[in-house]
Amino acid sequence: MLDYLLPRYKVLRDRDECVQCGVCERSCANGVHKVDEDLGRVTADHAKCVNCQRCVVMCPTTAIAITRWPQVDAGSGNWTLEAMQDIAKQAQTGAVLLASMGNPKDYPIYWDHLLLNASQVTNPSIDPLREPMETRVFLGSRPGMLKVNEREHVVMTPMPPQIRLDVPLMFSAMSFGSVSLNAQKSLAMAAKELGTYFNTGEGGLHRDLEAYADHAIVQVASGRFGVDPHYLNAGAAIEIKIGQGAKPGIGGHLPGEKINEEVSRTRMIPQGTDAISPAPHHDIYSIEDLRQLIFSLKEATLYRKPVAVKIAAVHNVAAIASGMARAGADIIVVDGFRGGTGAAPKRIRDNVGIPIELALAAVDQRLRDEGIRSTVSLVAAGSVRSSADVVRAIALGADAAYIASAALIALGCHQCQDCSSGRCNWGIATQNPDLTKRLNPEVAAERVVNLVRGWNHEIKEMMGGMGINAIDSLRGNRLMLRGIGLNDKELEILGVKYAGE
Amino acid sequence: MPIRESLREGAVRIPSGCAIAGIMDRSGARHDGSDILKSIALMHDRGNGLGGGFAAYGIYPEYRDLYAFHIMYESREARAETEAYLDTFFMSEKQERIPTEPVAAIKNPPDIWRYFVAPHPMRLNMSGLDEAEYTMQHVFHINGKVNGAFVASSGKNMGAFKGVGYPEDIGEFYRIRDYDAWAWTAHGRFPTNTPGWWGGAHPFTLLNWSVVHNGEISSYDANRRYVEQFGYGCELQTDTEVITYLFDLLARRHGFSQEMAAHIMTASSWDDIDRMDPDRAAFETALRVAYSSALVNGPFSVILGSDEGLLALNDRLKLRALMVGEKGPMTYLASEQAAIEVICPDVENVRPVEGGVPFVVQLDEVAERKRRESAENRPAREKPYQHEVGVMPPKRKEA
Repeated sequence: MLDYLLPRYKVLRDRDECVQCGVCERSCANGVHKVDEDLGRVTADHAKCVNCQRCVVMCPTTAIAITRWPQVDAGSGNWTLEAMQDIAKQAQTGAVLLASMGNPKDYPIYWDHLLLNASQVTNPSIDPLREPMETRVFLGSRPGMLKVNEREHVVMTPMPPQIRLDVPLMFSAMSFGSVSLNAQKSLAMAAKELGTYFNTGEGGLHRDLEAYADHAIVQVASGRFGVDPHYLNAGAAIEIKIGQGAKPGIGGHLPGEKINEEVSRTRMIPQGTDAISPAPHHDIYSIEDLRQLIFSLKEATLYRKPVAVKIAAVHNVAAIASGMARAGADIIVVDGFRGGTGAAPKRIRDNVGIPIELALAAVDQRLRDEGIRSTVSLVAAGSVRSSADVVRAIALGADAAYIASAALIALGCHQCQDCSSGRCNWGIATQNPDLTKRLNPEVAAERVVNLVRGWNHEIKEMMGGMGINAIDSLRGNRLMLRGIGLNDKELEILGVKYAGE
Repeated sequence: MPIRESLREGAVRIPSGCAIAGIMDRSGARHDGSDILKSIALMHDRGNGLGGGFAAYGIYPEYRDLYAFHIMYESREARAETEAYLDTFFMSEKQERIPTEPVAAIKNPPDIWRYFVAPHPMRLNMSGLDEAEYTMQHVFHINGKVNGAFVASSGKNMGAFKGVGYPEDIGEFYRIRDYDAWAWTAHGRFPTNTPGWWGGAHPFTLLNWSVVHNGEISSYDANRRYVEQFGYGCELQTDTEVITYLFDLLARRHGFSQEMAAHIMTASSWDDIDRMDPDRAAFETALRVAYSSALVNGPFSVILGSDEGLLALNDRLKLRALMVGEKGPMTYLASEQAAIEVICPDVENVRPVEGGVPFVVQLDEVAERKRRESAENRPAREKPYQHEVGVMPPKRKEA
């Protein structure tokens, strides 16, 4: 059958600059470039290019650039080239379209419609170089009221377990299997250095990462891969994954070819078998079942670890989150639809779920309406792109933010959205040893540490400008935000005033 | 010609700077209002004539067991509606217009009344609330629901006298020299906007609490959204209001000492906590974690008045001025040292209130009682209600 698919990208090569060294050929696991001795030049198989930009970065003479395939569409705003290409692909294969990373569609990005405040005259801004500027956060549930002995400085109320973050963000779940061990190790090392946490995802904790276990959040998802008492007790906290922003309502599928010896050992499944995480947890068909799982995990860890529950941001997210708090979750994680994934059906990724900004605002407000916001922690995930997004998330009501795509971009990811192929040229979303060795964990960890330190400096600057010197006072402080380009309903849900109000 | 309706507190958020002052006699001896008037008048330039007021403790000893409501009315209808409401939920021992003096600078004062009331015993019993909570909720109702009425103060044996004008003019208007109190606080306001509403002047009060405050807290919305979870409606959108509610939540409902409540609001820095021994660090960490949304940030100096005495508090970075001085049983507090020296030239121990370190002065009898009490906080909900356990007369011994 003739394949009607067009190439997506075109490799532009500057003949004057190219020295035919072959670095591009060796860089590309997709087999795009070829040094053709006979022709005396380097050729490109454009159709194979995914625009990961590895060759662009590696080319010693900067001779390469990637551009979109210059084919025009049919001139219809309805039948775009993408829509027609998707049909051509499915007509060819009869399969579900697969995609990676977060929702790339042109939905509103509410972060970009929220402006931050600064002090002028009536109160002073605070200089983070002169005054202490506190970004430490604790996550866990807490009693609404403490009983103490004031003279002896003793707390009588038993305090539930907490995890301490020195920066108000963590690295969200990416399993060994979906990403390489080197990628996970990079984040683990960075988390330890920064005083924060990485998340094992549903892939178990590799023995090489045991040294970083006190900076790990160990995930329990519907496939229960890698879960045993040792695993649960090794981490700093446990996260039950109900859903993921990139693919709400469906499970996961790690194909057998990616289950090599190490992945097999860590996930505790036979080598070469598909690792299928069912769409629901088959022991959770309702909220009361969630309570049982939460308390099973607490029992298994002697109530020493906070238990987080992560859900995808969906329509009824506020009520669900409130139910989770009442079911005993210590930390509520809400993941918006722009959050990434190693693989998801394209139609799910692009059409299911809601933006984290609206979900976060709705959840925080609902928990307050119920009078339980102060007894539970709230973490926002799903495309936090900069320190300003972290500040916005906290001002909307989050205790901390999860980042993953941003951390991967620090490692080298260029968001080509081809993770599911297993041919990640940056050594991140692959188990191919020739590719994974491209990622040096020490160097990569340093890049992530640099990124987060830079963000934390910026967060302190922004807080100082607002006249705030502890992140506690930013949390839920929506007066520090103003909307721009939003309608009344959006302002109401976000709980912010319009710029100029 | 129609009068242009000016903005009120509650309609918008109005930042303001201020002068504050406080005087207290630990022994409980009472002094008239002339000193506090002189002290706040010296700081004339820290206000702009758009708000001034006083709170006084110990002024109604003959009605010490009754709630003294000072209520401002903008219309006869507001008074009729409020009095009907009070008649339903309280029993009034006495009600009268608060005596005032015409002062040239004071324009359009409202009709100001005071009521000495006790909660209606059966309705109180039926409410399932304790007396303080019951009274508080009805004060919230009048302030939020009755158009043109505002409860300026609602404590026992205390009262607030406030309005639009310079504090020295407001003091003359209310004839505060005629009252004797063991503690006085005063406020001169510099709002950036022109609310021109008497209810919006300070001190802000609730039950026995009164708060005068100078500063603009940058944590306002975090604090507001925290206390609103527990039924405190922040109608006025002012810092003073939310600070009062935080004290009420922590000190009355959660039962902490005022000093501990203030400490929670200006918690130790993490740098300091990291230097503490592990036990103390665990204690401070638990407080910060459980009450992180009660942390108050940004520049402020506050004088809190209550039936126990005065508490002065500065923000953690000491971004606002507040001085304290002593002489015998007297304690003086003011935004400026000169405002203390003008009334007590030979004042001793003059010093700034340190950032984040509450300064507490209690009545001698209160301090003595506190020393004997347990140091564990006892939440309001855990105490038996006086009106529930104290109604039956003790059993008479049969001869």
